[in-house]
Amino acid sequence: MIRTTPFHERTSALNETGLWQHWSGHLVATRYQASDKFEYFAVRNSAGIFDTSPLYKYRIAGRDSERFLSGMLARDIRTCPPGLAQYTTWLDDRGFVLEDGVIQHRAPDEFLLTCAEPNLAWFADRVGRLAVTIEEVSLDIGALAVQGPRSRELLSRLVPSVGELPFFGITSGTIAGRPVTVTRTGYTGDLGYEVWVEAPDAVAVWDGVWDAAEGYGVLAYGMDALYMLRIEAGLLLLGADFDSSRFAFNDAHRSTPLELGWAWMFKGLEDDDRPFIGRRALERERAEKTSRWRMVGLVVDWEDYDRVYSSAGLIPPKDHRPVHEDWMVYDADRSRVGYATSIMYSPVLQRHIAMARVRPDLAKPGTRVFLEFTVDHHYEQVAAHVARLPLYNPPRKTA
Amino acid sequence: MDRYDAIVVGGGHNGLVNGAYLARAGLKTLILERRPMVGGAAITEELRPGFQFTTFSYALSLLRPQIIQELELTKHGFLPLLMSTRFAPGEDGEYLLFNRDHDETLREIARLSPHDADAYEQYSHDLDRVCQAVKPLLDSVPPNLFSDDPEELVAMAALGSRLRGLDKRTLHNAVRLLTGSAADFLDDYFESPLLKGYLASSSIIGSKVGPRSQGSGLVLLFHSLGEHDGEFGAWAFHKGGNGGFTQVLARAAEAFGAEIRLEAPVERVLTRDGEATGVALADGTEIAAEVVVSALDPRRTFLELVEPRELPDDLVEDIRRLKFRGVSSKVNFALDELPTHPVLGARPDLYRGFMNIGPSMDYLERAFDDAKYGWYSEHPYIDCAIQSTIDPDMAPPGKHVLSCFVQYTPYELRESDWEAQREPMADRVQATLESHFPGFGALVLQREVQTPLDIERTVGLSEGNIFAGEFLAPQMFFFRPAPGWSQYRTPIAGYYQCGSGTHPGGCVMGAPGRLAAGQILGDRTRASGA
Ligand SMILES: Cc1cc2nc3c(=O)[nH]c(=O)nc-3n(C[C@H](O)[C@H](O)[C@H](O)COP(=O)(O)OP(=O)(O)OC[C@H]3O[C@@H](n4cnc5c(N)ncnc54)[C@H](O)[C@@H]3O)c2cc1C
Repeated sequence: MIRTTPFHERTSALNETGLWQHWSGHLVATRYQASDKFEYFAVRNSAGIFDTSPLYKYRIAGRDSERFLSGMLARDIRTCPPGLAQYTTWLDDRGFVLEDGVIQHRAPDEFLLTCAEPNLAWFADRVGRLAVTIEEVSLDIGALAVQGPRSRELLSRLVPSVGELPFFGITSGTIAGRPVTVTRTGYTGDLGYEVWVEAPDAVAVWDGVWDAAEGYGVLAYGMDALYMLRIEAGLLLLGADFDSSRFAFNDAHRSTPLELGWAWMFKGLEDDDRPFIGRRALERERAEKTSRWRMVGLVVDWEDYDRVYSSAGLIPPKDHRPVHEDWMVYDADRSRVGYATSIMYSPVLQRHIAMARVRPDLAKPGTRVFLEFTVDHHYEQVAAHVARLPLYNPPRKTA
Repeated sequence: MDRYDAIVVGGGHNGLVNGAYLARAGLKTLILERRPMVGGAAITEELRPGFQFTTFSYALSLLRPQIIQELELTKHGFLPLLMSTRFAPGEDGEYLLFNRDHDETLREIARLSPHDADAYEQYSHDLDRVCQAVKPLLDSVPPNLFSDDPEELVAMAALGSRLRGLDKRTLHNAVRLLTGSAADFLDDYFESPLLKGYLASSSIIGSKVGPRSQGSGLVLLFHSLGEHDGEFGAWAFHKGGNGGFTQVLARAAEAFGAEIRLEAPVERVLTRDGEATGVALADGTEIAAEVVVSALDPRRTFLELVEPRELPDDLVEDIRRLKFRGVSSKVNFALDELPTHPVLGARPDLYRGFMNIGPSMDYLERAFDDAKYGWYSEHPYIDCAIQSTIDPDMAPPGKHVLSCFVQYTPYELRESDWEAQREPMADRVQATLESHFPGFGALVLQREVQTPLDIERTVGLSEGNIFAGEFLAPQMFFFRPAPGWSQYRTPIAGYYQCGSGTHPGGCVMGAPGRLAAGQILGDRTRASGA
């Protein structure tokens, strides 16, 4: 039987469409109302609430926990003191990405790692003789994302320390009398927070947030809106933009962190002597420039797009609903140079945008490429240009 | 004396668009606005702390998507907020509530008339085809019918072959809409009076016609040419109202290097030997420029900013004959709470879009009857929008702003005037709202009334016509604003026009400003090449 989340009593009452989908074995709303785009606009214009409980969650604690994690995670966890969280990744010894996730440094010897797929064995089997305990707490904790320009104003009325919380900061307080942890994290590329709560307290905390939001134009948003937001924000989705190396059958389905555009995670690598899994391979890839791809944003040329459809007698379709499939990318000579993995029509940018990987020599912003669409049942290549991710990056996100 | 390459007179949205394009092309450009703010009819004002009123214009309608791209408006905060619902209360408790689900929309129509459900699909498809055919005209300068310049003949021929390329049904529908009444067109598809009233409402906006008048079809078609956020036919609200939108335009214009000067009313355009040389402000300041563009309506462009003596007689006569006859008013409210309609209850999410009080074509036609004889409608047509449900920043939490676009309220009243009738008219509006939203009156914190006279005085739109010249076939396309002068030039060299009185016309569309800029820049290139 499919599980429900700790907030299900509330999300099910709000879901008017009857549309649900499965996420890590949990039932989550695809969209709450007929007007899915409106849920998206709530996040970009006021605030939205999203039940993100199905994430896998691991509590990693003990005297050696930081030492352990600095060998497991590719990004240097030692740069993340208690009270901060960090977006990170872990690799195999060939330097391929296993997964990405967010790790919260909750207390000196205590971390909470969240990710999309099960990873307990991967971490637990590598503890060895270190003083580290790893406990899966996925079902014990409910997670509620509150995202959008009004999220700070709203949440700081409930948890005052949220008002000063820096990007990726962690704080705690109570909502409706229940203890909560609040992190300034999210999957929307906007100003936003995530509220972490013991599962039995979830409904009470939802009600506390919901009541405080009254009159603020806040909506619950579902997976459709989430995927729109995350593409604009340039945030990768496992299974869409990359796959875990652990379960890939060949290297075409594997990616290195550099290929995924995460070079910024390793800025201090020279000064950091950590032995971590995949380090050698990563260093070799950097030195020998052997990356096959670079993850970039693509922005479709609106005139060319309209021309292609209009000349076929069609009204150019501009659908905001993301498509997670491979779309071929060509260069000016029409040879294949990459592929897009997520595409949509972006309301804030008023363009078709995509997340794509292209040959590293074509990754410079402004490079002209062609993206393949299907028009009247045949392929048409439409001009686009390469742009840096994230394609939408409002100052309020980090301000 | 200050010297510019180009001066744009009027900082309405068309003036801003025009100035932005000129600056983008490298011209040293100055936009002069009479009022303390830009935007013209498209402004948002905080009339009460925390309450943002869209004083006049309230929805993004036909804004050309090219402008968003070419002026890079998303960089400056362009954000169209689509409406998630539309509501049309009828008589006797009947109603239509649309959301954005296609199947639910058809089911909602079928509740009133099973016949009308797929008829609606047919209607939408037929209308889409006509729109698809007509839309390119919004983005091109009308050919000059009266010229034998070879380029014009080529343009005419291209237009002719476009028409010949259309299928029979689409061309026929286009002609029926362009020349006929909305009622005749809608009667061919539908039986539900409420659905017809709802659809026919678009056929009267801003125009002194009823749904049964010839010519209402044209207005219906025009209002169907919207396109927002990639959705054909969609209308939207801009973040912060239409004033939010014109602020985005102003930022874009300035980013391209245009200078905007407020509280700088232009008294007249300076000319020498039939050529524009600059402008004189009301305070006597003279500013020189090679190009002067009027973003005002044609009456002001031709009869006020320049001396009619400087113009050919036939043009002066044509402009004097232009029909303005404003019939629209705005009544805006600050509300203590969400007003509730009995069938929707207190769910804010069901009020997120236009609420159309025009329950049948008969109702609309009777409302028009009052106007024919010089009075405002006893039972007015009202297009309501509680904008704070879509953009919560427009009112304090839990409070709301309601924008009401009202017809008919003719500019000229029989044996009375708007000073005397302003509040009584607004009382009629409020009484109508009360009949649909019981208890409405008790929620009103503040009421703002803008009659056609006020629109004329504040914005400068003659007779309060919201389109700067009525949408009548003889005032459109080749003939807008006058035969022979539809290409944004004037008989005075270097003096151009770019307001809503030029092709394609009014609405927050920007097309006149953009097309005029194209002509100005083309003329400069030609002149420097010669
Ligand atoms: C009540 C009302 C509601 C409307 N609702 C909608 C709607 O919802 N959606 C829609 O698309 N359209 C709507 N319209 C129509 C649309 O707003 C107008 O057609 C459009 O805004 C006109 O723009 P414009 O730039 O051509 O002219 P204007 O907006 O009229 O701008 C002209 C500018 O010139 C300035 N000016 C005048 N004289 C001088 C001078 N001598 N010197 C310097 N400056 C001067 C004026 O102050 C003004 O700022 C509405 C109009 C009105 C009046």
